[in-house]
Amino acid sequence: MEAVGKILEGLDWSPLWISLKTGAAATVFSFFLGIFAARKVIRMAPGRKAFIDGILTLPMVMPPTAAGFFLLLLFSRRRPLGIFLYENFDVRVVQTWLGCVVAATVIAFPLMYRNARAAFEQIDVNLVYAGRTLGMSEVRIFWKVVVPTAGPGIASGTILTFARALGEYGATSMLAGNIPGKTGTISQKIAMVIQDGDYVTAGIWVAAVILIALAAVVLMNLIAGKRMKTVKRW
Amino acid sequence: MNLTVDIKKSIGDFHMDVRFRSKASRIGILGASGCGKSMTLKAIAGIEIPDAGEIVINGQEFYHSGHKVNIRPQKRNIGYLFQNYALFPTMTVEKNIEAGLKGRKRERQKRVDEMIRVFRLDGFRDRLPGELSGGQQQRAALARIMAYEPDVILLDEPFSALDMSLKDRLQQELAEMLSDYRGIVILVSHSRDEIYRFSEDLIIMDRGSAVAFGNTKEIFANPGTKEAARLTGCGNISKIRRIDAHRIEAIDWGVEITLIREIPKNISYVGYRQHDFLPVWGERKENCVRLRIAGYAELPFEKKFYLTPENGESPQIPGDGGLCWFLLKEQWGMMKERGLPDYLQFQEEQLLLLS
Repeated sequence: MEAVGKILEGLDWSPLWISLKTGAAATVFSFFLGIFAARKVIRMAPGRKAFIDGILTLPMVMPPTAAGFFLLLLFSRRRPLGIFLYENFDVRVVQTWLGCVVAATVIAFPLMYRNARAAFEQIDVNLVYAGRTLGMSEVRIFWKVVVPTAGPGIASGTILTFARALGEYGATSMLAGNIPGKTGTISQKIAMVIQDGDYVTAGIWVAAVILIALAAVVLMNLIAGKRMKTVKRW
Repeated sequence: MNLTVDIKKSIGDFHMDVRFRSKASRIGILGASGCGKSMTLKAIAGIEIPDAGEIVINGQEFYHSGHKVNIRPQKRNIGYLFQNYALFPTMTVEKNIEAGLKGRKRERQKRVDEMIRVFRLDGFRDRLPGELSGGQQQRAALARIMAYEPDVILLDEPFSALDMSLKDRLQQELAEMLSDYRGIVILVSHSRDEIYRFSEDLIIMDRGSAVAFGNTKEIFANPGTKEAARLTGCGNISKIRRIDAHRIEAIDWGVEITLIREIPKNISYVGYRQHDFLPVWGERKENCVRLRIAGYAELPFEKKFYLTPENGESPQIPGDGGLCWFLLKEQWGMMKERGLPDYLQFQEEQLLLLS
């Protein structure tokens, strides 16, 4: 216990802030991208839908290192997109915090997309029709009627996205690397200290990351549960 | 008031080709489920787009395939009352009513307050739709539609999911709430009672087309076609063989019927409503069928007798193909003394000649 106290005193808290910031940013991006993608996909013809859905879900099912490999190919400063971003906007993705966000967003996005899509598909189409006959614009119907009605599904998508983005390791380590104080997330810190045989520090970070993830899930469940109070249980 | 609908639409194997015109302000569309009546209503609202044709209301083209006109539902100013009311579940009653309103907040609020008062929703403005009873939901949905003053209101089977006593109350309530409304109201239903109660003009739909349209009472009195007769509740329909200008044989009933009026050549069926028979005791008279009972059912306010055809076998299922006779309770009481009649007579005025 004394060892834990001693380590805690001298602990560099930067991995915590980097992970939280990355998780939050990736959740915001995934939220809008996921909802946008879900809205597009549910209107597609069945064949096209199956294919596009496959592509969008891929980051969830393939090894994160494989995703990291593609991201490196895409954003490398020796590749067209990387060159374009750097020369026009002075934006670098590889070995930067932005890389952390990009990696976490790509990996966590399918959770948002799939949950949003499932929630949208459950919505009574008459609600949309009613909105139209009442003179509401499509955009207004979407944000005022469809999204709130799909609220519980979207909320659970958001929690899962945040929890997944928070713990992202594989793609992040390849795209952003593990630069302490810059791209060193909690998961990368855990891997690093374990290699040094420092199990106490690893344990502290494991506890931290579990607590945050659990707190996020419980909190969002409570929020979603509150809104669901008029729905009957079975 | 002037409504013209002439639309075609195909969905898979289902082909719809509906044509009707009406100058009435209360119009009913009657048909069995799956006949295309809801689709017709959705096409009028602009929610479904026909393949071809035209929809013109009071001179304004809402849809015209020839003129390449198709007004968006948002711009049609047509209110649609859905069967499940389609209230937005996450919005309070007040927000639901406000949802479609344009203009400044103060004006919108004024309009919402007025609707809440008119539709007696005072205690419920902050409730969610899930916390309302069926009647309150109907009022809220109607308030939401009325708030933006539509030119036309479409009612899509608003009562079919309700139990009998509530249905009757809500029908009356809806009729009262719409009594001051000056626009066109179209009610779609599979219930002939609902339609008869509500509409001046009637359209009867069967398998994607309008088989009859015109004044409601006239159509009930003279449906014209076999399908229309069946949908207006005529339970006895028989194929006929024309013997001469005044005589027919009703094949399914095994009866010969003689009429004073001349029988048009295009008539191939006759219909007779279950309540319209005249009981005859003793001697057989003209246009009679012998009362041979194959089946029998007792309801709270009437009795139903299923007859064996005059010279046929007892039907497998009572009522299937044969004749039915419905007797109201008070008539039944009078009959108790004399016993059941020997014959039932067809009255010429009540006999429906159908093509």
